[in-house]
Amino acid sequence: MTDSAARAALVRLVRDEGRRVLATLARVTGDLPLAEDAVQDAAVRALETWPRDGVPAEPRAWLTLTARRRAIDILRREAARAGKEAESVTEPDDVAPPPETVRDDLLRLVFTCCHPALAVETQVALALRTLCGLSVAEVGAALLVPEATMAKRLTRARQKITKAAIPYTVPADHDLPDRLRGVLAVVYLLFTTGYAPTGAARPELVDEAVRLTRLLRELMPGEPSVLGLLALELLQDSRRAARHDADGTPVLLPDQDRGRWRRDLVEEGVVLVGEGLRRTPDRPDPYVVQAAIAACHALAPTWADTDWAAVVSWYDVLLTVADTPVARLNRAVAVGELAGPAAGLAAVDAVDDLAGYPLWHAARAELLARLHRFDAADVAYAAALAIPQDDAQLTHLRRRRARLADRTRT
Amino acid sequence: MPQYAAIIYSKDVDWTLPEYATDMKEYNEFGQAAATVIRGGAALYQTSTATTVRVQGGKGGDVIATDGPYAETKEALTGFYLLECADLDEAIKLAAQIPGAWSGAVEVRPVIDFGG
Repeated sequence: MTDSAARAALVRLVRDEGRRVLATLARVTGDLPLAEDAVQDAAVRALETWPRDGVPAEPRAWLTLTARRRAIDILRREAARAGKEAESVTEPDDVAPPPETVRDDLLRLVFTCCHPALAVETQVALALRTLCGLSVAEVGAALLVPEATMAKRLTRARQKITKAAIPYTVPADHDLPDRLRGVLAVVYLLFTTGYAPTGAARPELVDEAVRLTRLLRELMPGEPSVLGLLALELLQDSRRAARHDADGTPVLLPDQDRGRWRRDLVEEGVVLVGEGLRRTPDRPDPYVVQAAIAACHALAPTWADTDWAAVVSWYDVLLTVADTPVARLNRAVAVGELAGPAAGLAAVDAVDDLAGYPLWHAARAELLARLHRFDAADVAYAAALAIPQDDAQLTHLRRRRARLADRTRT
Repeated sequence: MPQYAAIIYSKDVDWTLPEYATDMKEYNEFGQAAATVIRGGAALYQTSTATTVRVQGGKGGDVIATDGPYAETKEALTGFYLLECADLDEAIKLAAQIPGAWSGAVEVRPVIDFGG
């Protein structure tokens, strides 16, 4: 292993174990911010001493002990400043709590960080900071927010968690489906922010989102929506190497070199889709269905050989449980492949509410071009480009429009 | 246990008028249902009865009393409860049972515990 690889492996170990230690310490102290400070200190110390002294035989026990001592120090110091007796923190007894306890602690941590009383962008930041163990600077960099701004946002979040007493619990059964939906929405937002369909991808965010989803699967095995989300992420991420050419220009699905797709991720994703479908025979789960659509693409040898009838059918299923304009648009595009551009254009035109969505205009442009209505296609691209959007997507749409002009000439 | 102020923003009316008897009955029902956790509270007369006081130039300065509420909004601050709950989830559940939340909104804010 190279030094940097060894360092990365060490950071990963400290993060993974640190998260478990944090979850347990937060329960023991009843104070998430305190636990975070203590675990942060322990992690810093681990990264200082382990490379020199060697990784301890039980890294988690080491981190737990160090973090607990640190928590006690912090409490004593605060108590001394306030002129009060230190509240007693249980002295380290169960340094290695049983796996079920750690599992429950981690779930509590997940539901606290993704509590609906926190703004969604705050939940995303907390997920990266607390659940993924990134530093404040790393969270800021990942979400393109200056470090100072991110530090303020996280401090406010921690204050709200403490002052408003956001509970450190797994929601009761009757609240669980709703709350889990919220958690998954945050994790998927993390994924899509990094995946950026046409913009600049941030693979580190994608990696964190996938890791977090894998953790959720460990914590809630057999939960269909978690299986579906993990499958969806893996199937989309399997295309990572093919999504950009050597210059970093985005390459769309029809033009991707499918030989560069990660077959291992495709296989894992497809198996998860199957399991998710078996567990939801009565009521389809939106993530499982989206993953099934992704699987249709992942298993097709070429764009033209995609089973479009299956894709359209899955979109029909998806619309019964999650009817969104974007899902309708994607269905319409699939109809275009199945039944030809005229049918596709009619289907795209039938989708309301997307006049402000650049990719709706771009889909129209594409279908119009295939019908050799090049002028109308150009007008549609112009409409797409007139909508405010990020630079990477603008560049991408300009390129498609330029290619259209080339086609017109030949 | 933490305490929360459940601050009610709703239609700006005189709740003592007979036409609001149904509302008052609903509030009474909430008061009884939540009696064990309600630590205080009050209903307020409408904002047309409010006077907003400012002291110009800081302490000891000129007292400026103006007619009307601090902020003119469609929904007005019409009352509050002081609730003692285990955590925010419980406070949110209770707030959802306050009639004001059904047509207006209820802001839930943790109360500072100064100790002692």
